[in-house]
Amino acid sequence: MKYIEEYRDRELILRLAAKIAKTAKGKYSFMEVCGGHTSAIHRFGIPSLLPQEINLISGPGCPVCVTGTDFIDKAILYSQRADVIIVTFGDLIRVPGSYSSLEKEKLKGADVRIVFSGLEALNIARSNEDKTVIFLGIGFETTAPGTAVTIRQAEEDGLVNFLLLSAHKVMPPVMEALVMEGVNINGFICPGHVAAITGSHIFNFLAEKYHLGCVVSGFEPADILQSVLMLVRQINLNSPAVEIQYTRAVTYSGNSLAQNQLSEVFEYSDADWRGFGTIPGSGLTLRKKYEKFDAEKRIPLSVGFHNENPNCICGNILRGLKKPDDCSLLGKSCTPENPIGACMVSAEGACNSYFKYYRNE
Amino acid sequence: MNELVSLNHGSGGKQANELIRNLFTRKFGMPDPLTDSAVLKENGFTLAFTTDSYVVDPLFFPGGNIGKLAVCGTVNDLSVSGAIPKYISASFIIEEGFPRNDLEIIADSMAEEAEDAGVRIVTGDTKVVEKGKCDKLFITTAGTGFIKPGYEHISFGEKIRSGDKLIVNGPIGNHAIAVLGARNNLNFSSSVLSDCASLNHMIQSVLDKSDQVHFMRDITRGGLAAVLYELVRISMKGMNIDEISIPVDEPVRGLCEVLGFDPCYLANEGKILLVAGEDEYEKILSVLRSHPLGVNSEVIGSVVDDRKGNVVLNTKNGGRRNLDVPSGIQLPRIC
Amino acid sequence: MCLSVPAQVIKIEGQMAHVSIGGAIFKAGLHMVENVNIGDYILLHAGFAIQKISEKEALVTLNLLKEMEDAGND
Repeated sequence: MKYIEEYRDRELILRLAAKIAKTAKGKYSFMEVCGGHTSAIHRFGIPSLLPQEINLISGPGCPVCVTGTDFIDKAILYSQRADVIIVTFGDLIRVPGSYSSLEKEKLKGADVRIVFSGLEALNIARSNEDKTVIFLGIGFETTAPGTAVTIRQAEEDGLVNFLLLSAHKVMPPVMEALVMEGVNINGFICPGHVAAITGSHIFNFLAEKYHLGCVVSGFEPADILQSVLMLVRQINLNSPAVEIQYTRAVTYSGNSLAQNQLSEVFEYSDADWRGFGTIPGSGLTLRKKYEKFDAEKRIPLSVGFHNENPNCICGNILRGLKKPDDCSLLGKSCTPENPIGACMVSAEGACNSYFKYYRNE
Repeated sequence: MNELVSLNHGSGGKQANELIRNLFTRKFGMPDPLTDSAVLKENGFTLAFTTDSYVVDPLFFPGGNIGKLAVCGTVNDLSVSGAIPKYISASFIIEEGFPRNDLEIIADSMAEEAEDAGVRIVTGDTKVVEKGKCDKLFITTAGTGFIKPGYEHISFGEKIRSGDKLIVNGPIGNHAIAVLGARNNLNFSSSVLSDCASLNHMIQSVLDKSDQVHFMRDITRGGLAAVLYELVRISMKGMNIDEISIPVDEPVRGLCEVLGFDPCYLANEGKILLVAGEDEYEKILSVLRSHPLGVNSEVIGSVVDDRKGNVVLNTKNGGRRNLDVPSGIQLPRIC
Repeated sequence: MCLSVPAQVIKIEGQMAHVSIGGAIFKAGLHMVENVNIGDYILLHAGFAIQKISEKEALVTLNLLKEMEDAGND
């Protein structure tokens, strides 16, 4: 398959790995903040190709993992209404809320459906006029523009039974929060598909203000290894900057059409990140003009205070302060079948990846 | 605690195994490990006996239908035990209002498949339930056949040794993708056909030419990964797999990229994993490749002494990681 | 869920395209890309084309990767 296979070529990969080993002087710590990178790194066995001196840390890049318990609890409350169809992307149905999950509610009879696109959710609304369809919008800047297009389409079609419960978030504020907390890294492997939309300039502040190396990376093994090499070179030369490795999809200014869709429909708001609490300006909510599609405004509800398992360290894992194997629950009470924290649920979560691939190494 | 049975319990992975082991195997006093067919010795004869239910949705999919599946599946479960499949039973649970025409097409498929496989459908049952009490049609087949002396070990893997080679008879994942595509609710279309086929003639041709078939398993729900981990459990060894050798058709690969699936966990209905002795694996491979249902057979790895209990995957790009035991819903009602 | 995969445009109907990944065909909304022609490659994400893939840049990347020397100081 074009634009995939070429970047998985074994010879190329092994040469890149050798080059990295030769170029690395001392220890390096790089954080990736994209679920796609977390799972690619593990799927392709990248750690087995890097020298021990290079430490790859997984940050809050999995949109499912950083979705707060409140959001799940609200979705569950909506799902318990007989006139509601909950429509969501796959992994979210297994994320634990305070007392249940969408999957468990589905077992009890709630109408919860999985889709791959917001446009499919519109179809469900069109074919179920007597029900209210609530679409759970999660994802970062890669996914949010698609939701924006979906909302505009709903407006154009005059749909009255389609609502959005948004947990969409944006990356720069959480990356800054990590740095201000003092996360110990030399640089970021920056999310390639977020940057395809936003442009690479959104990461400038990390290099300019915080002197962290930034390379916007693709998702094939050659992309990731080349990005690591570029980061190592930046650190060696003590010249942190924002570079684009993923030039075939990312530019400095990004996709303006997608950005326009986003800004037409959404505005920034404060958002709740699992493990971080509230981060100002990190969320996306519907502008007043599109309020009629906002589930919380049309059907207000409130959820109670929740207690998380005190032994669950997802928060620290998402902040890169701990690794999955630091958790006492991993593999015992917390497994992919019975996840306690969100990091275990999603295929892009750090704990899920660790559990699947490295447990017995 | 009154736990509810979930779809996870039926998908052939970790949770399904737990349910079967704790609820059924233990209570019925069934042997452990469970094999594709029960191997029963009586009066000097060894009989293989197996059963399977078919709840695939939709009933008709590219490459087959529920009826064809019901015959192939049971024939294959018998064949991988080293048995010559002989007699099949077929029970139907039909939803009120089901079109008779469709039932005729399905029955014709079953008759045709049985004839091709050289088995006879000799008994069965039919029930009709009210509308809404079953989804269109469910079929259960059971089958039996004799296992020739010298083949009994195949189900149990008693002869598996380090250095043995792991062979699959062709590309994996086709059945699951064909069924998914036919469901029409994931907004994709592809030309992928289900691989459902009776493999008994192919298997017999191998058994006739070599006595170094150490183990065989039908690769169905839970996919290749499920069988590899079962193999690890039975043999108490490790498996070393070369990802690049696992045959996967291009459209299946493409779909897996988009949908986030791993072909190693997808269901098949015409694929087996065969463990071949090191001395004769090339001969076995050649016999497989000379049969139409095995032309794309490949050696995907070997049985090893180190890393016992693990299936290690050498990734195509030069990395290395473990393959995980399948668990949870990959795709419900795939067979 | 959040996967984005390169896909080739094989048919365009208004704002929707049919795109192929290794022969498997998907629908993609073209609302966020312009000047898309049959044969172009786009990044498919959650049912939308989120960016066009630059063949020129892809070749540059590949060439850089292939020409990389093992020896030499960095």
